[in-house]
Amino acid sequence: MSEKKIILSAKDIEVKFRVRENYLTAIRNVSLDLYDGETFAIVGESGSGKSVFTKTFTGMLESNGMVSNGSVMFEGKDLTKLKTDKDWEGIRGAKIATIFQDPMTSLNPIRTIGSQITEVIEKHQKVSKEEAKQQAIDIMSRVGIVDAANRFDEYPFQYSGGMRQRIVIAIALSCHPQILICDEPTTALDVTIQAQIIDLIKDLQKELKFTTVYITHDLGVVANVADRVGVMYGGQIVEYGNAEEIFFESAHPYTWALLSSLPQLGVKGQDLFYIAGTPPSLYNRINGDAFAPRNKYALKIDFEQEPPFFKISDTHYAKTWLLDPRAPKVERPEVIKDLHKKISQMTEKGGAYYVGD
Amino acid sequence: MSETNKEVLLSVKNVDISFDKGGPKLFRAVKNANFDIYRGETFALVGESGSGKTTIGRAIMRINELSKGEITFKGKRISGKLSKEEDRDMIRSIQMIFQDPAASLNERATIEYCVSEGLYNFHLYKDEEDRIAKVDKALEDVGLLPEHKSRYPHEFSGGQRQRVGIARAMIMEPELIVADEPISALDVSIRAQVLNLMNKLKAEKGLTYLFIAHDLSVVRFISDRIAVIHLGRIVEIAETEELFKHPLHPYTISLLSAVPMPDPVIEKVKTHIVYDESKRDHSGEKPVLQEIRPGHFVFANDREMKEYEAKLQAAEKEEALNK
Repeated sequence: MSEKKIILSAKDIEVKFRVRENYLTAIRNVSLDLYDGETFAIVGESGSGKSVFTKTFTGMLESNGMVSNGSVMFEGKDLTKLKTDKDWEGIRGAKIATIFQDPMTSLNPIRTIGSQITEVIEKHQKVSKEEAKQQAIDIMSRVGIVDAANRFDEYPFQYSGGMRQRIVIAIALSCHPQILICDEPTTALDVTIQAQIIDLIKDLQKELKFTTVYITHDLGVVANVADRVGVMYGGQIVEYGNAEEIFFESAHPYTWALLSSLPQLGVKGQDLFYIAGTPPSLYNRINGDAFAPRNKYALKIDFEQEPPFFKISDTHYAKTWLLDPRAPKVERPEVIKDLHKKISQMTEKGGAYYVGD
Repeated sequence: MSETNKEVLLSVKNVDISFDKGGPKLFRAVKNANFDIYRGETFALVGESGSGKTTIGRAIMRINELSKGEITFKGKRISGKLSKEEDRDMIRSIQMIFQDPAASLNERATIEYCVSEGLYNFHLYKDEEDRIAKVDKALEDVGLLPEHKSRYPHEFSGGQRQRVGIARAMIMEPELIVADEPISALDVSIRAQVLNLMNKLKAEKGLTYLFIAHDLSVVRFISDRIAVIHLGRIVEIAETEELFKHPLHPYTISLLSAVPMPDPVIEKVKTHIVYDESKRDHSGEKPVLQEIRPGHFVFANDREMKEYEAKLQAAEKEEALNK
């Protein structure tokens, strides 16, 4: 691991939001090192803080939010110290770009596609209008817009949902960012289009060599894209590791629960696994392990003391007392045991998801 | 389900639905749709946005008018004009669950009102006591508590709100529920709760569902039979296991290949099969929906039927050998 270059390092990040008279703690002491060129996926349910956490990389927290502790180091600068839009110039959009979920709201409906791409190029690269247009058409064809020159002057409504998301990607990539944050980029799209957009981002990453952070709640998508995975719950990363480690050797009961509730693993006629209860309220102080009240494997200590990260391998860590040497031995749930074997059977000849050679 | 005495609850016959989009030609959102839904089953309609799946659901709810064909419920026509009496009957018998539980509940009304609304509209209660008993029962059925009655929708989580949406439909004692993407807006763990609840209600009350969705993995878990719809055209219908075992239409295959699997080793090397209608061989006569095996229909012409038949026979031969 040591030979890998760290491109961005977040340390002990805490994010608070002021809501009326109260403070809500959305992120509680999260640290993450991003390696150059990797794809890191953050998985979690809504409210787990996955979007809020990555928004601290681009200073895009809502105005009532603030980073109340910790640092985000990027190119020798602490990004949490940047305040005004002017401070962020040259980083947000230029070096760290974001793609959001809904392509319709990220594009201006009353301006042409072309002008929205060239605007970004002109602003960040100081090139002439003609040069910017040429670059825009190039990048449009690169993201798979057929006949880009002619579609340059069209408006967003003339594009389909998938095509619009391609344009959003084109805009994000027009300044050759080093880090691309994809915040649920395919959630609003159809499955077949989703597959195309994921392939597109992967191809572009190979070609342009940027680092990708994927935020999603879909473990299937994570399996497809991620080199490494972080699982978030209640404003914390509770487990992280290489993709294979998270899917096949997961150690945190929350990761188990997420995997077990996938409909792909459901057996007809039997109940699908689900996580009872609701996520913790972020207004209150959380004692112990935030997942404990919903965790059937919870120990007494889970309600009293927050677990530290236990090391499973050089790359794999989980924040659960179950890994303490004194804890009782708990086996992974039956549904996700031998996951690779099960999924192999499903996708091989004779399996339900086999689609031919 | 026993094969012999299946009762057809709802039948969609040669249905076309067109919209006037202002141009010289009408837009055909649904093209010659044909299918039956049997009592007690979950029938899924799967397709992408714009495929016309919701339009069909809305036509069954009698929100969209048909431009051709008819829809029958228990043998009686329910499309077109109905008498007041029949209209009331149908509203009770066919209820709907929507995608976004936050948008489908009145945020200024208490849960008690939200759930009672159908009762009020049709005076389906003897007195206050009876109404409250019915509301309590409906809430209990979906796993909520009587004390939730006085709360407002915003006080609930997404999964709980979807339960309220289901309770609202259940209180009318419907025979058929049209569920339009009921879990697409929910988190993974909550999805599982709602799917389990729908299955439980089906088993307990003998409900029938039309389940509209775009995700084949969810549909495989919940439905008995599946119809795949593409650009307004039903391209394949089969029992769930049959469809997954022997998908025939190239669009069905492309949908199957797009289901993301939770396995990084397999998922990373997977190639997606893209379906492009314009690249298909359109020679030969016009395709129609034909039955290739009992209960398995595919949209094909004779030339394609021969191809599918050969493919099916090869697969069946291999399966027989493996047994």
